[in-house]
Amino acid sequence: MATQSSRSAARIMMAPAVFLLLVWMLVPLCMTLWFSLRDYRPLRGGDLGFVGLENFARFVSSSSFWPAVFTTVLIVGGVLLVSIVFGVLLAMLLDQPMWGQGVVRILVIAPFFVMPTVSALVWKNMFMDPTNGVFAHIWRAFGADPVVWLTDVPILSLILIISWQWLPFATLILLTAFQSLDSEQLEAAEMDGANPLARFFFIALPHLSRAITIVILIQTIFLLAVFAEIFVTTGGAFGTRTLTYLIYQRVLESQNVGLGSAGGVYAIILANIVALFLMRIVGKNLDR
Amino acid sequence: MGRITLDKVRKAFGDVEVIPPLDLTIEDGEFVVFVGPSGCGKSTLLRLIAGLEDVSGGEIRIDGQDATMVPPAKRGLAMVFQSYALYPHMSVRKNIAFPLRMAGLDRAEQERRVKAAAEVLNLTDYLDRRPGQLSGGQRQRVAIGRAIVREPAAFLFDEPLSNLDAALRVGMRLEISELHKRLKTTMIYVTHDQVEAMTMADKIVVLRAGNIEQVGSPLELYRAPRNTFVAGFIGSPKMNLITGPVAAQHDATTIGIRPEHIRVTEGAGDWQGTVGVSEHLGSDTFFHVTCAGIAEPLTVRVGGEVDLRYGDTVHLTPDPEHLHRFDAQGLRIA
Amino acid sequence: MARAVTTQRKALNTAIAWTVGFLIFFPILWTILTSFKTEAEAIANPPVILFFDWTLENYGVVQERSNYMRFLWNSIIIAGGSTLLGILIAVPAAWSMAFVPSRRTKDILLWMLSTKMLPAVGVLYPIYLLCIQLGVLDNRIALVVILMLINLPIIVWMLYTYFKEIPGEILEAARMDGAGLKEELLYVLTPMAIPGIASTILLNFILAWNEAFWTLNLTSVDAAPLTAFIASYSSPEGLFFAKLSAASTMAIAPILILGWFSQKQLVRGLTFGAVK
Repeated sequence: MATQSSRSAARIMMAPAVFLLLVWMLVPLCMTLWFSLRDYRPLRGGDLGFVGLENFARFVSSSSFWPAVFTTVLIVGGVLLVSIVFGVLLAMLLDQPMWGQGVVRILVIAPFFVMPTVSALVWKNMFMDPTNGVFAHIWRAFGADPVVWLTDVPILSLILIISWQWLPFATLILLTAFQSLDSEQLEAAEMDGANPLARFFFIALPHLSRAITIVILIQTIFLLAVFAEIFVTTGGAFGTRTLTYLIYQRVLESQNVGLGSAGGVYAIILANIVALFLMRIVGKNLDR
Repeated sequence: MGRITLDKVRKAFGDVEVIPPLDLTIEDGEFVVFVGPSGCGKSTLLRLIAGLEDVSGGEIRIDGQDATMVPPAKRGLAMVFQSYALYPHMSVRKNIAFPLRMAGLDRAEQERRVKAAAEVLNLTDYLDRRPGQLSGGQRQRVAIGRAIVREPAAFLFDEPLSNLDAALRVGMRLEISELHKRLKTTMIYVTHDQVEAMTMADKIVVLRAGNIEQVGSPLELYRAPRNTFVAGFIGSPKMNLITGPVAAQHDATTIGIRPEHIRVTEGAGDWQGTVGVSEHLGSDTFFHVTCAGIAEPLTVRVGGEVDLRYGDTVHLTPDPEHLHRFDAQGLRIA
Repeated sequence: MARAVTTQRKALNTAIAWTVGFLIFFPILWTILTSFKTEAEAIANPPVILFFDWTLENYGVVQERSNYMRFLWNSIIIAGGSTLLGILIAVPAAWSMAFVPSRRTKDILLWMLSTKMLPAVGVLYPIYLLCIQLGVLDNRIALVVILMLINLPIIVWMLYTYFKEIPGEILEAARMDGAGLKEELLYVLTPMAIPGIASTILLNFILAWNEAFWTLNLTSVDAAPLTAFIASYSSPEGLFFAKLSAASTMAIAPILILGWFSQKQLVRGLTFGAVK
């Protein structure tokens, strides 16, 4: 349907979006790259000149780097594990015939719409508070000593909070994938003598694999950037400093822009590696 | 009036030439069918005439006027799409009235013409429904209604029946033919189904890979296919095409004989063979017969019920008057 | 196709699903309930669940003390403004990519997606610095523009997938019927695209409303939206459960309601059409 005139009109209509995103991507990116090569501390003498790759070396060799990597991996991995395993189970459950399916769906999806600062605060104070939190009440009811969640098991607590926010997302996507499973395929498998467990592992799970991959990739990108939950609960204390949070602290709290920018460059590279896999899947889907 | 002339029209997408330069004249009031296997360029050709694609070269004239650069809306043509392309958010009435509204006709005139079209197409009771509430056949009629209210110079149909089930297709085929007889407007109809082409057309244009293989009336194509492609494409069941020594006996590279032009006898005949699968349609019976010296089994058509069984030996004799001969290039030998 | 399911089986499913659903929803329910309690009841041991003196007092206190309306207003302006601005820029872009695709369309779409993947923290300082230089730190317009930019890829993608579903033949039919570009947009495309545009607006409003990196780092007083307002409850007010709950309920209630309407679009919007 494309004629010459419609093609040039299309180019003009696309221009603003492309231009804005190009500027939005390139300008800050170049600035970050520039700062990462300089010793720049706005509060202590400003720009102290070009230092080559020193910031990159110092960011990696600082004593907080490896713990931050470890924390990041734990949190991202933990949340992914929880949301995929429970997401599959929940999606399977919601796919069963029942009364009030719509209402249950709404209940399950709700946490996704709660703003991160609210969910972090509500969990921190009303559930995990060692004196008055709901968990403390439950522990005491069983005669146990309440756990001081955010100090004693800070990473587990954060995984719990963040999983609560992301489980709905995983469930919803996996449920959508479940529903697109051709029931004739399952019936064919049944005729071929597959029991329910075999049907799950040989038919349903392979069908879900694409959706699971997508959930993993998208969540990884968002989870690597988790910020508000840590900002509000521990402020990075008790070993909950992730890479993102470490960079934030370097840049805005200690105003060591050069060092923080080098960290930022690492973060960008890391996110792009994940994004590359995601885009490959999405791109394949576009062709169909 | 609707005389459409294509003069050396060609179309290329990038480096790929889908339609090499092509000449064709469609007379006013003619029902022309473009037929060919999928990917032969028939839809592209129709879209070039409609103006939905730019030509890469050549000229399209409508009633003698150069229309090559005229936008689709100004060509005075109406089109019925394969998917019907009804506007889902408008009622049937508004769908049919849309081209009139675009043309700026006043309300009363719009209403009058929509009513008239609805009556012709038996849609009067459905005018206030949305397309989503209609059956396939009804949607098809709305699409036709939207085309006829404009009183176009010609109608373009792009495989309009391919989304209907078999029974409905036969019915709509008759309705469209009937409509053509009544309106006497030029119609160009694209299909891959040679039965539609044979039953509806005044003139059939057989296309392959963007080339016109043959133009003619259904019976001309049936009686004298110009080459083996047309011979094999037109007619059902397909013409038997035989190569090798049997063809050489008739001084040809390939000979063609239609299933209905073969006589079956139990004794004495040109070719001896063994009966394979048979298909009984009641009025006709088709036998697939494997003959010595002929690679492919031959299809033979016998009227009524004939008692031949799997494995029986029979003799076949082609009717010499209806024997088609083709040379090494596949062209008909006169 | 479907076989009869025994009533027991269905009842069992229902019981399990409702229990799980209730557990997942409980923190929200608990927050809403607590917001109607007095502070004493809120920390009572054992907790009171339903039988307490329902009061609206907390809402009044939160309003008074923190000028809640200003934060709410900021949230509305930032989320609404960025969404509308994004739609204005994205509709023409998505329209042309869906209906006049070229060889580069796919690459452009994927590239747009890749900008969404850029970690915010990686460009935190440049943006922060630019805001200072331009004098727009703690400025609503700056946030409108930034949130528009971070969500623009999602908006373009969602609109693209919706437009893609409108068959091209319909637009061609309109062209054959004599519609010019203007009529085509006005009478055919827009009415058919409105449901898609509406869901795109909805989802992006929610995403912008809940955005909590830029809103926390680039605002302090004037432009601070509800995310920042809640973060300010971190301590010590956070220990006043009833007031924290009231503030939280006010911040999430409007979006919960909108969110329930947009469940379906959520999948499409956040997976870039990769899961259907």
